[in-house]
Amino acid sequence: MHYLNIFVQSAFIENMVLAYFLGMCSFLAVSKTVKTAFGLGLAVIFVLALTTPINYIIKTNLLNEGALAWISPSFAEVDLTFLGLIVYIAVIASFVQLVEMVIEKFFPPLYTSLGIFLPLITVNCAILGGTLFMISKDYNFAESIPYGLGSGFGFFLAIVALAAIREKLRYSAVPAPLRGLGIAFIITGLMGVAFMSFMGIKL
Amino acid sequence: MSTATAEVSEEVKNIPKKRKPFLSKKDRKVLTDPLDESNPITVQVLGICSALAVTTQVKPAFVMTLCVIFVCGFANLVISLLRNTIPSSIRMIVQLVVIASLVTVVSEVLKAYQYALSKELSVYIGLIITNCMVMGRLEAFAMANKPWQSFLDGLGNGVGYGVILIFVAVARELFGSGSLFKVQLIPQFVYDLGYVNNGLMLTPAAAMFLIGIFIWWQRARKPELIDIS
Repeated sequence: MHYLNIFVQSAFIENMVLAYFLGMCSFLAVSKTVKTAFGLGLAVIFVLALTTPINYIIKTNLLNEGALAWISPSFAEVDLTFLGLIVYIAVIASFVQLVEMVIEKFFPPLYTSLGIFLPLITVNCAILGGTLFMISKDYNFAESIPYGLGSGFGFFLAIVALAAIREKLRYSAVPAPLRGLGIAFIITGLMGVAFMSFMGIKL
Repeated sequence: MSTATAEVSEEVKNIPKKRKPFLSKKDRKVLTDPLDESNPITVQVLGICSALAVTTQVKPAFVMTLCVIFVCGFANLVISLLRNTIPSSIRMIVQLVVIASLVTVVSEVLKAYQYALSKELSVYIGLIITNCMVMGRLEAFAMANKPWQSFLDGLGNGVGYGVILIFVAVARELFGSGSLFKVQLIPQFVYDLGYVNNGLMLTPAAAMFLIGIFIWWQRARKPELIDIS
């Protein structure tokens, strides 16, 4: 039950996109049609769900102070936490590479429609944010799995929702200078306000 | 009329003196374009996450801008120097390593000299690595241009990013807390008359509205930037 709570909390109450406003760039740029948004959302779930626990293992077994003591006692004082950012991002980059190869091989239409935004998942703040928030919240390994999964699911829901709204919005009378990007910003802001109603809910 | 011609002749006189200007015309375009026509946030849609996160007050926004200008400029410089030796199959990892090293330097320096501020900015300094603006400029510019111009492009984009950040931060701090740089600007008697700070301005959603309004204003000035989709 505790793990389900973490999942729901990370997907809704602490939604990466609409509560923390992370991962905005691809969120705004890929949300023109529901189909591509759906594909990107799935890719983000996959990357986030795997990199968060893996980065947890790397942090506790390689980077923390004294974590290298299992090699030899003389390493007991080594503290590699300052390497954290570089290591985490390298793990994320290699997973995105993997996702890119899989999608290119098995879902070529999705690959072409995502285009450059597939490799740009690497620099999606929500993914590194997942790892860094997991660390600052002091989750253990078992808790980091539902956390990563839930954060990815939250991103997926948000981007599909925004894409659906933008598809409908094409037929409404928005002032010309506000069309496209401008109105997408304002809608995201409104969605964020709506998500504030989840604030303060404790599970 | 006469003053205008005088100015022109003054300029004409000045040109032959500088044989090799510090910034050529093209350099200047590279440096100033990102301030408006190709602004990283409002036109290229890059680097938005951090723009929302640090703008509740002017001071962190200002520090963030400085950090990003530094990282973006030097990452562009380093990648541009390396551009002919990087194999294209691993170029993303190389770019990320360069950015991550620069960000680690920035974060350690902040921790050493501005501990309170680095605590306040905590996660977001780390997130400069995933600031898509830095990597986007590496991909789009530094991989194909000479070091000096790439450096200028990095600085220009950093400043263009900073302009939006400061605009949003000033609006949010002024209307959200009635102060600027933590100095109270709206006097007490105004509050006594019934004025209330706008709590919405302190939420990230307000930053979205402000950037949306900025885009509206910018597109109204420059209709050629409107994309219909």
